[in-house]
Amino acid sequence: MSLKNAVVASLIVLSCVSVWADGGPVTPLLPKMEQECANCHIAYRPNFLPKSSWQQVMRSLDKHYGADASLSEADTREITDWLNTVAQELGEAPPNNRITEAFWFTRKHGTKHIRPEVWRRASVKSPSNCQACHVDAAKGDFNEHNIRIPR
Amino acid sequence: MKFTFHTSALLACAALALPLVVSANPILDGYKAETKGTFSAAAGEKLYKTVGPNQLSCASCHTDSPKNAGKHAKTNKAIDPLAPSANAQRFTDAAKVEKWFKRNCNDALGRACTTQEKGDFMTYVLSVK
Repeated sequence: MSLKNAVVASLIVLSCVSVWADGGPVTPLLPKMEQECANCHIAYRPNFLPKSSWQQVMRSLDKHYGADASLSEADTREITDWLNTVAQELGEAPPNNRITEAFWFTRKHGTKHIRPEVWRRASVKSPSNCQACHVDAAKGDFNEHNIRIPR
Repeated sequence: MKFTFHTSALLACAALALPLVVSANPILDGYKAETKGTFSAAAGEKLYKTVGPNQLSCASCHTDSPKNAGKHAKTNKAIDPLAPSANAQRFTDAAKVEKWFKRNCNDALGRACTTQEKGDFMTYVLSVK
């Protein structure tokens, strides 16, 4: 094996390892879900809400946190069916089905960890803007070693 | 000789006119067939800049000109330009166009848009070069 091939091979192996680095592989999202959610924000991970919350979110897309995010009936059904198979009924449903009000979210993002001023920066703007700090959030990477808080 | 000149002049005219014919948008044609009226870019521009009950207008996310890349007013998500002159993908998929008119008219104006308004809006956005 030439040196070049060896380097390429080890890079491929390393890139596979990094996917596993944060405690296991990331479940690939349903392409339809990723495409539709990511029109306005990153497609949040199915395990961010309990199944019952997802069901409510998918039933009320026309009133989606202050915006009309309605989808065709077929697309709504496809995404709901997928969420029903991958989301779990774990923990308490957060108030208003908001990920940012879930107990684990507020514990990890409280004033102990992040100064209130950070949330007001134009580069962050909203706690729903995961990828402002979790740079690879769109790939499902929320590893706390992969955070860059923007100015 | 004269005949040849005329033929080539005609061909040149046809070549010039062809892009005009091709640039007609089938989605806009559909709205036109529905209203049986005419659309106005000026009315479309006015609609684009109208601030509705939620203190939002089209320009809130798509910026002052549909030619510019925009940013979601709430989530900061980058939005590709709306004008086909800057983004050839726009207004090519009727279902997508209808999906976004429904959502964005509700968000920005607090109500559904009429076919006349959609036609005016498209006429304006398509006219931005």
